[in-house]
Amino acid sequence: MGNNLIEKYYRTERLPHIWCPGCGNGIVLRAIVKAIDNLGLNKDDICVVSGIGCSSRATGYLDFNTVHTTHGRALAFATGIKLANPNLHVIVITGDGDCAAIGGNHLIHAARRNIDITTVVFNNNIYGMTGGQYSPTTPTGDKGTTAPYGNIDPNFDLCELAKSAGATYVSRSTVYGANMITKQVEEGIKNKGFSFIEALTICPTYYGRKNKKGDAPEMINQLKEMTINVDAYYKLPQEKREGRIVIGELYRVQREEYIEKYNRLINSF
Amino acid sequence: MKALKSEKLNVEEELCKGCGICVTFCPKNVLKIEDGKVAIVDIDSCIQCGLCELRCPDYAIYLGGK
Repeated sequence: MGNNLIEKYYRTERLPHIWCPGCGNGIVLRAIVKAIDNLGLNKDDICVVSGIGCSSRATGYLDFNTVHTTHGRALAFATGIKLANPNLHVIVITGDGDCAAIGGNHLIHAARRNIDITTVVFNNNIYGMTGGQYSPTTPTGDKGTTAPYGNIDPNFDLCELAKSAGATYVSRSTVYGANMITKQVEEGIKNKGFSFIEALTICPTYYGRKNKKGDAPEMINQLKEMTINVDAYYKLPQEKREGRIVIGELYRVQREEYIEKYNRLINSF
Repeated sequence: MKALKSEKLNVEEELCKGCGICVTFCPKNVLKIEDGKVAIVDIDSCIQCGLCELRCPDYAIYLGGK
């Protein structure tokens, strides 16, 4: 292995990873690592926490302080880690099912507190690890093994959810433009508060095959077609906005961070 | 100024799963899938844009390095 970036930040003896051929998770993970490299952070100052699911296997391949926790609870563990050692840069890696379904409650409360954690959601629109059940982000009408006639649920807009719950940095990007993920993770780590980054990725094995979306390269091109940058989106007339997924920095606000508040309380006695 | 720096295109065959993403996004048709693995077929056309490395989910292809 001579790839400097991978050599420096990965547990290379664990590669090749478990993800399917064409799975986008590897692209997102490389983008996150690239962001950490660009910021020049010390490896020991970073703690990566993940839950359960395909995406959450990521922590096993990274050579930082890593914790692979229980389903949906990555943010709960991360909150504890951050409070115990506020000097750590805590990054949470989670999937759409992990973050929005079983872990939805932890997500909204971490956002509400505005605790300094950077959350990266690998959104592949399906529960891949367990065999393709539909998730809260499976688009309405699309199929899963538990929705053989098409999903009738409306799908979640995770960025809107995080924004409404109180996150202070919210952005979305895709594996087509992996450099944008890197930029957003950098911004997320720099933001003092709860940062939420939704990385749209692909699951050719379950979501793609079940919905006849084609192979991995085709699915990546579809992500490009479906998405539009936030600046371009607001220049479009109302009737042309329908059905387009907005990417880019969607929301940013200044609000007091949780640990600062907590320390102020402690110091008041 | 990428053009001034010459970096070698490397393939780690044992990491490649043959998904074909690099082949599709290579703008100069440098790559091809042979026997389920990526192969460099026309290195002279390579412009070192790095799109293959950027989108390879398996870290099997990269520019430069040791």
